[in-house]
Amino acid sequence: MASQPIKFFQTGTFTIGNRLLPEAARSIQSDPLRANSLNCGHRACQGCGEALGARYAIDAAIRAAQGKLIVANATGCLEVFSTPYPESSWQIPWMHSLFGNAAAVATGIAAAMKVKGRTDVRVVAQGGDGGTADIGLACLSGMFERADDVLFICYDNEAYMNTGVQRSSATPPAARTATTPATGGQRGARFGQGKNLPLIAMAHHISYVATASVGDLRDLEAKVEKAIGMGGARYIHVHVPCPLGWGSAPHDTIKVARAAMESGLFPIMEAEHGEVIGRRLIRKKLPVEEYLKLQKRFAHLFSPVRDAAAIAAIQAIADGNIRKFGLMEEHQQ
Amino acid sequence: MRKQIEGSRAVAETVALCRPQVICAYPITPQTHIVEALGEMAGSRNLQPCEFINVESEFAALSVAIGASAAGARAYTATASQGLLYMAEAVYNASGLGLPIVMTIGNRAIGAPINIWNDHSDSMALRDAGWIQLYAETNQEAADQHIQAFRLAEELSCPVMVCMDGFILTHAYEPVDIPVQQQVDDWLPAFDPRQVLDPAEPISIGAMVGPEAFLEVRYLAHHKQVRALERIPQLSEDFRKSFGRDSGGLLRSYRVENAETIVVALGSVNGTIQEVVDEMRVHGHSIGSLSITCFRPFPREALRAALAGARRVVVIEKSLAVGSGGILSADVQMALAGRGTRLYTVIAGLGGRAVTRTSLQRCFEQAIADRLELLTFLDLDTRLIIRHLERERLRRRSGPVAENLLHDIDLIAAQIG
Ligand SMILES: Cc1ncc(C[n+]2csc(CCOP(=O)(O)OP(=O)(O)O)c2C)c(N)n1
Ligand code: SF4
Ligand SMILES: [Mg+2]
Repeated sequence: MASQPIKFFQTGTFTIGNRLLPEAARSIQSDPLRANSLNCGHRACQGCGEALGARYAIDAAIRAAQGKLIVANATGCLEVFSTPYPESSWQIPWMHSLFGNAAAVATGIAAAMKVKGRTDVRVVAQGGDGGTADIGLACLSGMFERADDVLFICYDNEAYMNTGVQRSSATPPAARTATTPATGGQRGARFGQGKNLPLIAMAHHISYVATASVGDLRDLEAKVEKAIGMGGARYIHVHVPCPLGWGSAPHDTIKVARAAMESGLFPIMEAEHGEVIGRRLIRKKLPVEEYLKLQKRFAHLFSPVRDAAAIAAIQAIADGNIRKFGLMEEHQQ
Repeated sequence: MRKQIEGSRAVAETVALCRPQVICAYPITPQTHIVEALGEMAGSRNLQPCEFINVESEFAALSVAIGASAAGARAYTATASQGLLYMAEAVYNASGLGLPIVMTIGNRAIGAPINIWNDHSDSMALRDAGWIQLYAETNQEAADQHIQAFRLAEELSCPVMVCMDGFILTHAYEPVDIPVQQQVDDWLPAFDPRQVLDPAEPISIGAMVGPEAFLEVRYLAHHKQVRALERIPQLSEDFRKSFGRDSGGLLRSYRVENAETIVVALGSVNGTIQEVVDEMRVHGHSIGSLSITCFRPFPREALRAALAGARRVVVIEKSLAVGSGGILSADVQMALAGRGTRLYTVIAGLGGRAVTRTSLQRCFEQAIADRLELLTFLDLDTRLIIRHLERERLRRRSGPVAENLLHDIDLIAAQIG
């Protein structure tokens, strides 16, 4: 890494300035020579968490793979905003086939690399929560079960954004989407057991499963780098706020993502071979309200009257996550 | 080497000689013996290096082939019937992207009612998906068409389906000449892709295209198939020179000289038709037949020329455009445009119904006498139809059709017995 001898101090924050870290631990984005996989020219909305997450994830993957990376992309916002000809923003060999088959296409690419003896080339598949947890789940599970040499990255914005914000199986309870309205007697998406893709991935006992968030980009980069270095099937699930679909301010994307982590609603952890080996501890626990209030998709929980029962139910989900993944162990001990 | 061998095995051994690098397999009758044989060969003999991948669905099978092909590997898969429909979205995708995948179809009916036997409903459902579709008349031809298919697909960057009749070919033991490795290596060059996912030269494949160029992309796909109309006969000729036998091509005629009546069909039923032609020629009928070995692209000009002397054409079809009639005959009609030729469409052999010589001969004789219905369903059991229509007339809740018909068959059989 090209280093810059600059002294940089920050106060009143939990973030350590990148340049205060040892070189090996520095963010890839702080390297002036970093790859820039997703170039300017793409058409994402202002403040798009998915664009940010994909850029950091793929830049990290490129570095870890020493430039030898091939990406298969599912249909969805990321694919659409990054590729209308002639403005393809990808600086890597990149392929889009269908909505539900990114994992299988990646399996094919990895198989081709294997027969050609190109073990140096790493393969990533990526898609939205719909392309991962719903229509793409069969192909993904097949790829996991066969332990194909593919890293699948899911950018979870908790709905089908590309088609206009419809509910997916990753849409959280109470969230308003175009197909789970909050009008009349309806109160947004129903409360259910959810569909936890990281846990489903872990149940396949694949070599690596991690969650990450654009609220902690350094953690995302580190996990991608680690995953690229491993073999077999690997899965990273990245929480990416969508200002358009969530009704959050474009400049609040990181704030919203951090509130999800700090409330316990989006637990950050990593697992190897089906067992959790690490988690990102919550430093200062936020009530879920702080997260919900930033987003218009939850506005009906606060006006015209406060829906205390729903908010309490969501708080219970966050508290459950904290217990289950031990997100506050330090504080509890 | 010529040997007595099952059709599926012959195809598998020939495919192996083509050195596929990635094979994706998902089982469905009557395709299973092909992928089983390839699975057995993978990891041994000529099939190295090759990745044989047992996937979780046909949709995944073709998707894996798409990824492999885009990454520059020679990719192969096989399916039939429900499996082909299950991968339909990927079928269009592979051709839209111009990926030269070769896929065997062990032709089988489509449910409901679920039926494992042969007809052409499956490949016909995807005839306009942008794949070249070859139809084999014999197992020898099926095997040979695979060698030609890989060469054609890769030359044109266009996927190819080789369609062989389920059971009738896939499970039939016939003598088949399987070439030796050197022969195939000499004839089939290594895959040199037009586009490839390669970190040394990054490209985007499969990006979004709007109205400004979509028509042109489609036109080029059509143009490619039109070019294939020239290339397919050349390859067949080239194949004959190297392997010493006629296989493939666009169409093959049988005793059509001065024939007033010409029968047109796809696939193995041509064997039976030719026997009937022989028999009827003995009795002085001027009849011949024509086997279409390449259905997409449709050889309209070649067919028009081959049918030039015919007064009437009888199309034997193993598929049905429900609510319309014939599928193949619609294309044949276009080839006959502007001529006064009479065209009869005969729907035959659906769901494995035997297409017998007796029935064909009766049908052809009626055609020659110009007494055949323009749309005929060969050997349709009208007693069953009448009984069922009557049942529907009498009762609102008449129940499931297929189950009722099976029940009626038993009743009728009991009455006869
Ligand atoms: C088979 C199929 N069904 C539906 C669609 C329409 N479609 C395209 S993108 C999309 C939503 C994508 O949602 P997600 O995977 O969550 O990605 P996001 O756009 O939210 O990033 C849908 C429903 C499609 N392209 N293909
Ligand atoms: S809709 Fe959401 S995910 Fe899609 S580009 Fe806009 S912000 Fe990004
Ligand atoms: Mg989404």
